[in-house]
Amino acid sequence: MEMTAKDVTQAGARAGKKFSKREKKALFYGLLFTAPAVLGFLIFTLGPMIASLYLSLTDYNVFKDTTHFIGLDNYTKLFSGEDDLFYKSLGTTFYFVILRVPAVIIISFFLAILLNMNLKGRSLFRTIIYLPSIVPAVASSMIWLWLMNPDLGLLNTALEWLHLPTSSWLFGEGSVIPSVVLTTLWGIGGTVIIFLAGLSGVPKSYYEAIDVDGGGWYSKLRHITVPMLTPTIFFNTIMTIIGSFQVFSEAYILTQGGPNNKSLFFVFYLWRTAFRDTEMGYASALAWVLFVIIMIFTVFIFKTSKSWVHYEGER
Amino acid sequence: MRESRLKLTAGFTTLLIISVMFIVPFVWLLRSSVMDLSQIFIMPPQWIPKPFHFENFKEAMTVVPFGAFFKNTLIIVAGVLIGTVVSSTIAAFGFSRIKWKGRDMVFAILMSAMMLPGAVTLIPSFLGWKELGFYDTFYPLILPSYFGGGIFNIFLLRQFYMSIPQDFDEAAVVDGATYFQIYWRILLPLSRSAVIVVALFTFLGSWNDFMGPLIYLKSDSRFTLALGLQMFQGSYNAQWDLLMAASTAVVLPCVLVFLIGQRFFLEGITLTGLKG
Repeated sequence: MEMTAKDVTQAGARAGKKFSKREKKALFYGLLFTAPAVLGFLIFTLGPMIASLYLSLTDYNVFKDTTHFIGLDNYTKLFSGEDDLFYKSLGTTFYFVILRVPAVIIISFFLAILLNMNLKGRSLFRTIIYLPSIVPAVASSMIWLWLMNPDLGLLNTALEWLHLPTSSWLFGEGSVIPSVVLTTLWGIGGTVIIFLAGLSGVPKSYYEAIDVDGGGWYSKLRHITVPMLTPTIFFNTIMTIIGSFQVFSEAYILTQGGPNNKSLFFVFYLWRTAFRDTEMGYASALAWVLFVIIMIFTVFIFKTSKSWVHYEGER
Repeated sequence: MRESRLKLTAGFTTLLIISVMFIVPFVWLLRSSVMDLSQIFIMPPQWIPKPFHFENFKEAMTVVPFGAFFKNTLIIVAGVLIGTVVSSTIAAFGFSRIKWKGRDMVFAILMSAMMLPGAVTLIPSFLGWKELGFYDTFYPLILPSYFGGGIFNIFLLRQFYMSIPQDFDEAAVVDGATYFQIYWRILLPLSRSAVIVVALFTFLGSWNDFMGPLIYLKSDSRFTLALGLQMFQGSYNAQWDLLMAASTAVVLPCVLVFLIGQRFFLEGITLTGLKG
């Protein structure tokens, strides 16, 4: 590329003076406008993060007078198996994530495809699917506790009516995690809408090309919809994983970790350790373990994304 | 695109069935909220209460001070709403309409906070607020929103601001306008719909927040609706009629706000440019 005379003089001026008057003014106002946000980041994110890392290396407990620096003892205690609830809650949370993430992605993907069709009452359907996702978690948990009540709940009543075996839902050791997954699927609307936004960006002419070639709905799905939506699938998967690892309100209200610690979700366990048992040093170590696990998952998906996420205009 | 009749019918039927499944919990909630216990336990279940027991709402309000909880929730939500809207629009302006050295790097660092699980900052934040004497007050729930108003909101508004042509600003600069005037007179009026989206998301987020109030509020008299509902469940766990009436009272404002602002919601999600 050729440099114009103007570029050269500007570059020269820049070399001579570090900042032009205008640039200085922009820098000043740029920093001024973003100062609250930057300050907020330092006070409410970076500062607490460092403090949390330090706390995790101590035996800090609100009710103890002295606090000692104990190095990696908290982490050794975690991983050595001395605290069997740690592995239990980790296992529970992994099970939940493995069950929930594919369910959320697959179901919301197909719901979005249905909602994208040129159907009668389409906007009403969209409203109905989205609505549950704005219901407060406390209230939706209350509704599901009632629906899943083993004796009088609607779900078991319906199953009995259909002569199917009933379930103890949230009260069964084996059924509790799938039940919690089920309750969260009601709030799938946000993910569906993001898929819908993705679908609206797929040019109709692509499908017409398949029509010309005589392909059916499956080849459209396989060769156009899925590849074109990989960036959206990628985004939704990451967000769903991050969210699923941190489920708290549902855990707190639906089960409180029960029955027999079978739904001891990680963040619930963390909250209990920090605020009920007041072991805040140890709980900080738990928080960092969670952070690292989420980081590993995110980085892993980012790394593999190169081979399956297609961005338009690439290549 | 032409879609075959068969395909449309199949799609419509599937959606209809799924929609019914999505609506049933709402219907179950509503009908249980206006029944007395004996009606609730009738088998097979009644779908339409006969008679309607609207006094459930009154009774639920008297056993637990939901009026006070409602007021507390409103104070917190209003405080957060103002803080978030003011603070996030100002920050988004600084990250999109002013060109300054290091801008995009600073923004990227702030964005990284979105990946951080809340659990990591939870304990030190709690200890900090407690140290300042703000435990069992609304401040820990409200004040942070005045510092940027959440990176997600800044991101959303920034996307919108960047789609507005820079010529507007340049013309204003020629006329001698300050950055603040550009923000106030040009950007804010032009981005009304994006601001509404941020306000709606913020309203819901704050209204629905459970963990924050659970950790920072101790006295019953300062509880929010979400927390109050949970407390109510603890003491009246078999009173499904009252519990459902209380739940309805918590859900209703959200549903109303959503239905009023629905148009903006769907726009807002597209706004974030998540199309890929």
